[in-house]
Amino acid sequence: MEEKPILSAKDLELKFTLRGKVMTALRGISLDVYKGESLAIVGESGSGKSVFTKTFMGLTDANGAITGGELWYKDTDLTALKTEAQWRKIRGKEIAMVMQDPMTSLNPLKTVGWQIQEAVELHQGLKGAAAHAAAVEALKDVGIDDAERRYHQYPHEFSGGMRQRVVIAIAIACKPQVLICDEPTTALDVTIQAQILGLIKDLQKKYKLTTIYITHDLGVVANVADRIAVMYAGDIVEIGKCEEVFYDPKHPYTWALLSSLPQLGVKGEPLYAIEGTPPNLFVEVHGDAFAPRNPKALNIDFVERPPFFEVSPTHKARTWLLDPRAPKVEAPERIRHLKEQGVSLRVQ
Amino acid sequence: MSSEQNVTGRPLVEVDDLRVDFGSHRHPFHAVRGVTFHINKGETFGLVGESGSGKTTIGRAIIRVNPVAGGEVRYQGKRISGKLSPQEDKALTRKIQMIFQDPMASLNERAKVDYIVSEGLLNLGHDLTKERREEKVAKALEDVGLLPEFASRFPHEFSGGQRQRIGIARALIMEPEFIIADEPISALDVSIRAQVLNLMSRLQKERGLTYLFIAHDLSVVRFISDRIGVIYKGQLMELASSEQLFSHPLHPYTNALLSAIPMPDPIRERDKKLVVYDPSCHHYEQDKPEWTELEPGHFVLGNQRELDGYRNKLGQ
Repeated sequence: MEEKPILSAKDLELKFTLRGKVMTALRGISLDVYKGESLAIVGESGSGKSVFTKTFMGLTDANGAITGGELWYKDTDLTALKTEAQWRKIRGKEIAMVMQDPMTSLNPLKTVGWQIQEAVELHQGLKGAAAHAAAVEALKDVGIDDAERRYHQYPHEFSGGMRQRVVIAIAIACKPQVLICDEPTTALDVTIQAQILGLIKDLQKKYKLTTIYITHDLGVVANVADRIAVMYAGDIVEIGKCEEVFYDPKHPYTWALLSSLPQLGVKGEPLYAIEGTPPNLFVEVHGDAFAPRNPKALNIDFVERPPFFEVSPTHKARTWLLDPRAPKVEAPERIRHLKEQGVSLRVQ
Repeated sequence: MSSEQNVTGRPLVEVDDLRVDFGSHRHPFHAVRGVTFHINKGETFGLVGESGSGKTTIGRAIIRVNPVAGGEVRYQGKRISGKLSPQEDKALTRKIQMIFQDPMASLNERAKVDYIVSEGLLNLGHDLTKERREEKVAKALEDVGLLPEFASRFPHEFSGGQRQRIGIARALIMEPEFIIADEPISALDVSIRAQVLNLMSRLQKERGLTYLFIAHDLSVVRFISDRIGVIYKGQLMELASSEQLFSHPLHPYTNALLSAIPMPDPIRERDKKLVVYDPSCHHYEQDKPEWTELEPGHFVLGNQRELDGYRNKLGQ
């Protein structure tokens, strides 16, 4: 990965002003995304994962502003874009987004075909029959049978999974470089979830897309992500290749997220739960933001913010546990042998 | 009838050939088509299926929100579907409570927690004094791990997990025997799910509660349920104890649900073959399917040919 990143954030800081109070939603976050890769950003509600990716598209709420750091898409400085016209060159055309809830992200009064065609006409300059053909093609691309007929149907005639396919069709119809999927399957059933994730994966291969998944569920990204970034309280605390994060996690927060997966629970014993709540970002965070919820936190965790320690050239984590002077603390038992033993769903 | 039932006596809830229809009489939509199961006292029965399978409808039929088109629901041996006397109705309202899916939508935005939690008591016309009521609210909030001070706040001041706790407190204050939990954790973050599941388990142990746990995700149901029913398009496909269902699932739909569970294990997950259930794999034109008990407590829907295959699989 020596090449230049397609998307790059450096020490990005973003603040919201709410009723006169200032909330720091992103606390100096840095991330490089490379062309063609699939990256998953994992974190709890309120960790800033959606806020972070929305900055790539200029969709930050009006009361929020980037107050520091850099944000680049290829050679475009995204922090310098001010007007809607400037953003429209990036948004949808270069970077597209699939939102969480297919029930609310489609217009119920327009046929799905028209909604795809609208995007095609706007971004590709196609008109009439050509735009229509492109829209039908996009519907076929996302695995909707009988696309000619379905083109003329309304969103309510589609099931939840099919609607999410339509949303994906709109996103990819303009042949974007980067596809951001914000909790693409949270509103869907498990069976449909697996199919939609498979679809996004296939499209990524077909169009050499760069995909960014946002999710709160570490379980769903094992199959689709090349790299995983774990976010907590407005910053990335651990980033590495998929295998590294699952089989050799280093940050206590990653341990906690993994341990709390019901797939790993043992029947009859309480499930592992992360106690407490994420920090209040209206107050400045000192030290490691996860320390108050970490029963094994070191003293220094409360005082000084840990830097990134490199585990391997592709894997780094922001935790003092990786400092050579730190006491040896091992990952919890139930996630330590994932690689050798796998996950068993058997109930004894 | 399973053996455990003989030990505990009569099951608490019996759903017998339940049918629920929607739409007009001339064009009915059969949402639930002849579902039979029972729930023993003190156990958790998991009902799993995809959206539109009728799992919520069954829950709502038991709590008497949806009218029953056929069959009946019995509670402690007495029929509770259809017309009831006002006294019976009141008693049941207290005994059977429900926890809803989306804590963002199921709490009254304009009411304080105090009112939300105690509304059930007020509705039943309990001649409670103000002090006694506040005491009960405080107790219910404490039971679900919230502070009694929260009673004077509004729902928007809470996080998703806390709201779901309020939803549970609202059910608990009625001192129910049986709780229907309709996807209680699917709207929550994974990290919060564990807290709510643990809370439900703890309350069950402390109070001997019986749960009907409705969900679409087998990995969650596995954790909390004693027995699991798998439902598809209004019909039960398979019913077994958690152990049986996870160690030898029989029905192709159960296998599809199992294969869809995402695993936190990248290497094996990439090699995984996703099983997609295709209802046309059954050939039921001549050979009609029957609901058959293949081993004690393990029921499956299948025709004779399929059942023989399942028996082979079980090594019988």
